[in-house]
Amino acid sequence: MRDQSPRPTRRGVLFGGAAVAAGTLAAACTSNSEKDPAPAAQAGSLAGDNDKPGKQVTIGFSAPAADHGWIAAIAKNAEAQAKKYKDVTFKPVEPTNDINQQISAVETLIRAKVNVLVILPNDGEQLNQVARKAMDAGIPVVNLDRVFPDKLSYRTWIGGDNYGMGVSAGNYIGKKLKDKGVSNPVIVEIQGIATLPLTQERTKGFEDALKTYGFSVTAKQDAKFTVESGNQVASNLLQAHKKIDALWNQDDDQGVGVLAAIKQSGRKEFFMVGGAGSANAMREIKSGGGVLEATVTYPPTMAASAIKLARLIAQGKGMADLVELQAPQSLTLASETVTKDNVDTYMPLGFES
Amino acid sequence: MTETSHSEGSTPQTPGNGTGVGERGEPLGPVLKKPGAGGSWRRPFARNGGAGSREIHHLGLVAALVLLALVGVFTEPDNFATSGNVVGILALAATIGVITVGQTFVIIGGGIDLSVGSVMALASVWATTVATQSYGPAVMALCAILVGTGAGVVTGILISYGRLVPFIATLAMLVAARGLAQRMSDRKTQLVRPENDAIEALSTTKVLGLPLVVYIFAAVAVVGWLLLNRTTFGRRTFAVGGNPEAARLAGIDVRRHTLLLYALSGFCCGIAAIIIMARTTTGSSTHGDLYELDAIAAVIIGGTLLTGGRGTVVGSILGVLVFTLITNLFILNGLQTSDQLVAKGVIIVIAVLLQRRGLRSPT
Repeated sequence: MRDQSPRPTRRGVLFGGAAVAAGTLAAACTSNSEKDPAPAAQAGSLAGDNDKPGKQVTIGFSAPAADHGWIAAIAKNAEAQAKKYKDVTFKPVEPTNDINQQISAVETLIRAKVNVLVILPNDGEQLNQVARKAMDAGIPVVNLDRVFPDKLSYRTWIGGDNYGMGVSAGNYIGKKLKDKGVSNPVIVEIQGIATLPLTQERTKGFEDALKTYGFSVTAKQDAKFTVESGNQVASNLLQAHKKIDALWNQDDDQGVGVLAAIKQSGRKEFFMVGGAGSANAMREIKSGGGVLEATVTYPPTMAASAIKLARLIAQGKGMADLVELQAPQSLTLASETVTKDNVDTYMPLGFES
Repeated sequence: MTETSHSEGSTPQTPGNGTGVGERGEPLGPVLKKPGAGGSWRRPFARNGGAGSREIHHLGLVAALVLLALVGVFTEPDNFATSGNVVGILALAATIGVITVGQTFVIIGGGIDLSVGSVMALASVWATTVATQSYGPAVMALCAILVGTGAGVVTGILISYGRLVPFIATLAMLVAARGLAQRMSDRKTQLVRPENDAIEALSTTKVLGLPLVVYIFAAVAVVGWLLLNRTTFGRRTFAVGGNPEAARLAGIDVRRHTLLLYALSGFCCGIAAIIIMARTTTGSSTHGDLYELDAIAAVIIGGTLLTGGRGTVVGSILGVLVFTLITNLFILNGLQTSDQLVAKGVIIVIAVLLQRRGLRSPT
């Protein structure tokens, strides 16, 4: 059996050497520390003396796993905001994309008798039951973004406006093309994951807004929120349409791939609007010269606001700018349009994708 | 053993022989018969018609490509048959194509590599960390290749010396590599920095109208073909995949060869990582999602037996092109991805059905 125990051959030695070299390089190259940009949690307070220390409260927090820049920013913003308060104990649970695990994570928080819960569910429908359980146990729930269908399952909902996001993008594109006097423009839309309700709402808002200008979407295609899928879809769409007037890409994370595809095609005849408001997109808008002219926000700072609201609710305070003595039941954040003119104001809120 | 393996490598487990230099040997005798495996019974038939059926299979794929191209020409006459679109399709196929070449070797060698997508993601992330990027584009590329190969070596060792089933070992690598990539990147998208735009240049620089990534793809395909059909390594791959026991008795170090196959697949993932960095200008833990399925599907419709011992690089490349062309056609016609998935599923089934017919009937 020649193959049983071969002497170290020259090839073997070379291979071993290569393996050692690889190991060394491996040790050298994993470092990824650059000055970590401060989380985009907002300094802007709700005014009044609400920020002064009050009753000690424990805020439980549960969100999906951060496999996307936006979700990562959610978790970071929540934690950063909570740390600003001496009277807040922040109790996050392991983020997960598994519905079952998130249910049991929230149950853990209920058993731990936190004062208030902030939950961004993987799926509102499926987490509804456990949120209701928390409410029944006397723990107010602040529902972040993805809404629970049952109003008894949350004390307050705060989230973004997907329909409004589409409207903002549609308005920007519609107005610009109208001003230019383009008739029958070719408008292309790159969606996120097509099966998500949020994607469908964004698309609906976009179409409705364009309709007011007498325009419609020429072609739309779904990507998967990933750089790679954005790149693939955009390369193909660029082939499908020789001349494009405007492009809306619903998600800035996948937008990196979209922009790379546009750059590689050498196309410049159209302008592009992004979505969500990542720091990358904002830097691109600021530097100018590229096709990306604007992005419409879906701000992950809502997590910081949710923590603020949760604290107020637990302490029994109202929002200082409103007359009411208690925090409101629902808050829909506006989708703002970031262009070169106002990008500096929004830059601190941009999230790293 | 290298000197003698010319005849050793050619076991009867290499159907489709008759054309390739490495596949022409005579069976060495009854001792090499594969015990109880379904494939071995068909072998006498396959040997008669092997080469023919393989070519027929390739012709079938070429016909499918032509058919798809015709659909493109008729439905989108202005946009489909343009040089820009053809270049676009080739550039899109490059990433998955390179991975598929590696996968072809692994599957012919009787294994399977489920980890390709995540290993590519890991390599892309590792190569775009701040530390790696500070060394410049050449080191980034080298890093991607070393990480890919390294991951392949690890799975290879687990399978060949640790005796893990390939499915399990590469499944473990699939999960672990993705996790490591997420950890390393903190789940962020890592941009290739402007000073390293030599990486992106691979995608933007065009020679004779084709971006460099297409040449990389072509080079990997050609080298892969040569390696499989014109070298001892290739012959051993067929032997190991067809009947490992016979290969061992014939003097092939099966375990080492298996290890090398997974290392090769990892190496291809490293190259694919360079291409994906060039195309997207990023490294990300989300790259290569479900690539393992795309690569395996392309290999299968390319006529490679999932049980090993038989297959071609050309078929796999054609398989990749068929899938890329479908995606292109659907997007050109404004159809959504859900329909593409259905079409892909149908094509896989048809291809495998045809393959079985090709095996049974000696033409």
